[in-house]
Amino acid sequence: MDQYLVIVPLLPFLAFVINGLWRNRMSKNTVIALAVGSVGLSFVTSVLLFIRLLGLAPEQRLIQQTLFTWIPVGTLKLDMAFMLDPLSAVMILVVTGVGFLIHVYSIGYMAHDEGIKRFFVYMNLFMFSMLTLVMADNLGLLFVGWEGVGLCSYLLIGFWFHKDSAANAGKKAFIVNRIGDVGFLLGTFLIFWTAGTLRFPDLAARAPEVFALGGGAVTAATLLLFVGATGKSAQIPLYVWLPDAMEGPTPVSALIHAATMVTAGVYLLARLNFLFILAPTTLVVVAIVGCVTALFAATIGLAQNDIKRVLAYSTISQLGYMMMACGVAAFGAGIFHLMTHAFFKALLFLGAGSVIHAMSDEQDMRKMGGLKKQLPTTYNTFLMATLAIVGIPIFSGFFSKDDILWQAFSSGHGNPLFWLIGVLTAGLTAFYMFRLFYLTFHGQPRYDQQTADHLHESPRVMTVPLVILAVLSIVGGWIGWPKVLLGGAWFERFLAPVMSHAGGGAAAETVGHSPSLEYGLMAVTIALVLVSIYAAYSIYNKSIGRATSLRQSLSGVYKVIYNKYWVDEFYGATIVRPLVKGSIFLWKIFDVVIIDGFANGLAYLTGDASTMGRKMQTGHLREYLTAFLIGTVLVIGFLIVR
Amino acid sequence: MVNLTPLLPELFLFCWALVVLASDLFSKRRSASLPGYLSLAGLVITGFLLIPAHDAYLWGGMFVSDPFAVFFKIIFLGAAFMAIGSSFGLAGRMTHHRGEYFTLILFSTVGMMFLASAKELITLYVGLELTTIPLYVLAAYTKSSRASTEAGLKYMIIGAVSSAVLLYGLSIIYGLTGTTFLQQITINLSIYWLSYGELGPAFSIALMAILAGLAFKLALVPFHMWAPDVYEGSPTPVTAFLSVGSKAAGLAAIVRIFVGAFIAFATPVMAPRDWGSTLAVLAAITMIVGNIVAIRQTNIKRMLAYSSIAQAGYIMVGVVAASNLGVSAISFYVFSYMFANMGAFAIVAIIAERTGSEQIADLAGFSKSSPVLAGLMAIFILSLAGIPPLAGFLAKYYVFAAAVQAGYTWLVVLALLTSVIAYYYYANVIRMMYLSADPNPHHIVPSFPAGLVLALAGIGVILFGLMPEPILKLAIAAASSFVF
Repeated sequence: MDQYLVIVPLLPFLAFVINGLWRNRMSKNTVIALAVGSVGLSFVTSVLLFIRLLGLAPEQRLIQQTLFTWIPVGTLKLDMAFMLDPLSAVMILVVTGVGFLIHVYSIGYMAHDEGIKRFFVYMNLFMFSMLTLVMADNLGLLFVGWEGVGLCSYLLIGFWFHKDSAANAGKKAFIVNRIGDVGFLLGTFLIFWTAGTLRFPDLAARAPEVFALGGGAVTAATLLLFVGATGKSAQIPLYVWLPDAMEGPTPVSALIHAATMVTAGVYLLARLNFLFILAPTTLVVVAIVGCVTALFAATIGLAQNDIKRVLAYSTISQLGYMMMACGVAAFGAGIFHLMTHAFFKALLFLGAGSVIHAMSDEQDMRKMGGLKKQLPTTYNTFLMATLAIVGIPIFSGFFSKDDILWQAFSSGHGNPLFWLIGVLTAGLTAFYMFRLFYLTFHGQPRYDQQTADHLHESPRVMTVPLVILAVLSIVGGWIGWPKVLLGGAWFERFLAPVMSHAGGGAAAETVGHSPSLEYGLMAVTIALVLVSIYAAYSIYNKSIGRATSLRQSLSGVYKVIYNKYWVDEFYGATIVRPLVKGSIFLWKIFDVVIIDGFANGLAYLTGDASTMGRKMQTGHLREYLTAFLIGTVLVIGFLIVR
Repeated sequence: MVNLTPLLPELFLFCWALVVLASDLFSKRRSASLPGYLSLAGLVITGFLLIPAHDAYLWGGMFVSDPFAVFFKIIFLGAAFMAIGSSFGLAGRMTHHRGEYFTLILFSTVGMMFLASAKELITLYVGLELTTIPLYVLAAYTKSSRASTEAGLKYMIIGAVSSAVLLYGLSIIYGLTGTTFLQQITINLSIYWLSYGELGPAFSIALMAILAGLAFKLALVPFHMWAPDVYEGSPTPVTAFLSVGSKAAGLAAIVRIFVGAFIAFATPVMAPRDWGSTLAVLAAITMIVGNIVAIRQTNIKRMLAYSSIAQAGYIMVGVVAASNLGVSAISFYVFSYMFANMGAFAIVAIIAERTGSEQIADLAGFSKSSPVLAGLMAIFILSLAGIPPLAGFLAKYYVFAAAVQAGYTWLVVLALLTSVIAYYYYANVIRMMYLSADPNPHHIVPSFPAGLVLALAGIGVILFGLMPEPILKLAIAAASSFVF
């Protein structure tokens, strides 16, 4: 079974190659069958591998497969090698499982788009890249996946490239991620320079010897890698690309910009937990960035009117939670939330997609309302996802969010302040999610007659994935049922072998906090969430009149968050515009006059030299022989005279 | 009775070449298939015979079958295979001497194999002549074409002069050391050196005469003048074979003699009789002239001729390093160069066969009319230019790494600069095929053997760029045949 690891990423890759090369010769249905089928098979393989992994003793849960040595240069040896441990097993299950559902959903959603074949080609390439990312056994190969998903993200955000906004959003995502990639690469170089290897198992074994706790090298390396993570996982200060990324088709938002790709940064931190744990300074930075991002994005989410943008800010906020978990060394909790979030956020996006589909591509919530009757399946599943994300007990989000909050409070790296911000964010989340929910599905219809005529529930191929994800949104968290609520905390134990170096998680519980404290904190959170839901209910359920008056009375605050704190404008004024001006100067003066002048001059010179050399080739044998003999004499003379 | 196992591949291929010659008597008038396929089969069988012949020597070390020899024999066989595979169209139009055509290529291949195994000067020289003489005939094979006849004649006259220069150098070495065995030459030279602390100008003259004689085979500047005319005039598959097989043979001889016997004189410490710095200067001039003159060529065969002159310059950068890494790097380089260059020439042959044109400008719109061929051509060209992830990139990388390690940073900087010039003329071909708006009227489908050659070359260029490990291992083993 060990040699079958490669099948998981290979299947989508083959579909990508076949569809990519010959899609124009194949019918639409063949392309779709190949694209969706390959991901489905990849999921089945993942499940089989997962079962095989469970069959091993917890300490031996590591399956490796080396295909070939990819780059052997000096001491650097990068292998095309995959590994499967509990962490990557969770990731491939989420990626292929949720990915498969979204592929199925896309069949319906993209049915009328003429670019549907191209869409599936990109989606398969994305699946391949993402699976490579999470299964890579070294940082070099991980970076291949990292860049691959970035490329696919770019291609899919700008899928409708004829729209300027979509093309620009793609560009923005690409450029912002590039900034993060610089950090990633520098961090990788630093690690190779100091530890001499990029393989995760070797690194994990060598890290405690090579790096001193809190040493400069490990702190710098982890901080640099974290810069990469903030780019991919949309954290402050590099989060700005994600809201704009909503220009892509909705299934893309669900798969790439909610469930999988954006969690790559969190995965990176969890994968390298043994390094981060050696750098307490970095951990503090990660925790602060995480919780500030969580709160900051949640406040912006309060005032957005575009249904997908609310969800985008919500994603940023939830990613902040995951980062915060990593920052308090509770990597397991972060991955747990990553998984539950994949279920409910994918569902929220797909539900939103279903709404947008039904509303003839309308995304403004102010023009929706009262859709409960027309879209019953969407409504019910969306409700499940909303309850999950706000953290109502027994729904999946409750367990993972509660785990993070408790760790933020109690872990050795935690701080009650982190907990407080986390709880505030939970309250805000409950408010904006139910605001979205009520504005969309309850109250009076605010759409025009033409839209009403076309209003319809989505076809089966779209609603079945919704239902499956809804079930997962409910039960998905049960595998992490905490001990304090008489559960087994199975998820944490499953990940424990990977996190053994981290010392977080279980260790924190021995610090001596009593269960009653945990109950108390839990109760505070739940109470605040319920109050927020009630507030959203009373303001947005019936009509938007109350909302309007509320907006007027808070116009100052509203203006700030509606305009997203003017962060884009700030970046524009301080970074983008000076850069553009500098570039224009360099272009007009330095590039055109000096560089081009030099290069063109050189090209003319080379060209002239070439013409000259050509003329020397006369075709006369006697001249060739002369050249030969002169050459011989010259080399001998060179040796003797010198 | 001498055990001839190490010689088995050469003996077999020689006999097989005679069989091919005879087979033409029985083949149909207008078809080249029988002798052609027989030749291909013979080359494959010879390849397998290399396995039992591995790691052995004959006649007191005159003829060795070390990893270096075997590696280069694989290259010769590969080059011959691809040259013959792309010759079917040409041979099909021949009315006379069809069997001889294939036989001569096989004879030349036998010569190359001898050459690679020779560790003794006379054997080496005989191998060299056995390689070259069939090539003179092959260059002039299209008797009806003035260019071809001219090519053959020019090649032969300059070849004869260079042989004379080479022999002159070899004879001085014999005079100095009293032996023709390379190993003994090294020993005698060091005794001579230790006793007198001086070798005199005769040794310098010998070194350079040998270098000049072999530089002719590799078409290093200024011993390159014959190459563009001969490459252009010869039948295209012969040109391909000249540019790969014959060049690799010359390289094998240079490495055998200079790295094998004169390694002590590679470093500048031995100035003024160090061959390393002279060869570095030759490599530099070769890269500059080859690349620059290639820019203004309009005929694709001539362009590829200059390109292959430049490529020889890059290979010399690895020889100059005269180190373990250097020899394994050039071995890998020639291996990847074989695929890319044979592939590119094969496509030129296929196109010229059909359209009768060898002009770069006539490639316009080729990507639309024959997308697969155009794609392959682009891949071969990109590999020659050294673009990752193709094999040519890694080859350049290793060669440059070896030279930097040996302290020839200036040479590598120059090599990088000239390879930028190379991008221009390489990219020009791709630009013509892909970006020109002119429609191309020819939809070209290669014949089966030519398709086989293209598939082989394409797979080689891509596969060994992505997973070079198996070939690298062989190349490193090849370098282990020498003492550094």
